Amino acid sequence: MSTLHTVNKSPFEKTSLAACLGHAGAGSAVLLLEDGVYAALAQTSAEAQVKGALDSVKVYVLGPDLQARGLSEERVIPGISVVDYAGFVDLAAEHEKVQAWL
Amino acid sequence: MSESIKQFLYLNRKAPYGTIYAWESLEVVLIGAAFDQDVSLAFVDDGVFQLTKNQDTSAVGMKNFSPTYAALGDYEVKKIYVEKESLEERGLSLDDLQHLTWEDEDDDWAEKDSIHLVTRSEMTAIMDGADVVFSF
Repeated sequence: MSTLHTVNKSPFEKTSLAACLGHAGAGSAVLLLEDGVYAALAQTSAEAQVKGALDSVKVYVLGPDLQARGLSEERVIPGISVVDYAGFVDLAAEHEKVQAWL
Repeated sequence: MSESIKQFLYLNRKAPYGTIYAWESLEVVLIGAAFDQDVSLAFVDDGVFQLTKNQDTSAVGMKNFSPTYAALGDYEVKKIYVEKESLEERGLSLDDLQHLTWEDEDDDWAEKDSIHLVTRSEMTAIMDGADVVFSF
């Protein structure tokens, strides 16, 4: 069992994502939600940071939060999985604990 | 007694929905539009995300206020400056943003673009030129 990390802040404004990725152990999962979904976009100044993490952690992004912000799933970095609220619940249940990076 | 017209700049630097800043700014702009002032809006850093097309908040249970930006032209708010570098850092281009317009009564109500793409140094000059800056 491992940890599900959640990040709900924009990587362009706060260091929450960097802090999370710096502490997420191999095999853990990271879910990007709310303003955290901006980290899932391809071709941004934060892309390399996220791509680098994909080798050791599973990265998910919450679809309804992408949709709210007018961001289509085609913009998401390949390797990141889009989940809905039910998927969020499944992730929370599958992992030992949920650690939020605010 | 008439007050002199001041140049007001509303500086928007936050993404929508994650915090209340974007919505509050829009409300203040619309209220302020009732007073005859020279109003400009600047979208910098994560503020550029406020203007994306196709926002659909139906699944998150929040109000989608993005259609309101299209009404700004009717409130004589016709100078909207978007910073090019901020868009590029976020993988966005002008095509990803709403097409906002205003109607020019001095030009047979021709529809004109409200959004002006400006560089960071041009944005510096816009900020310098403002009499009052409201930050959100």
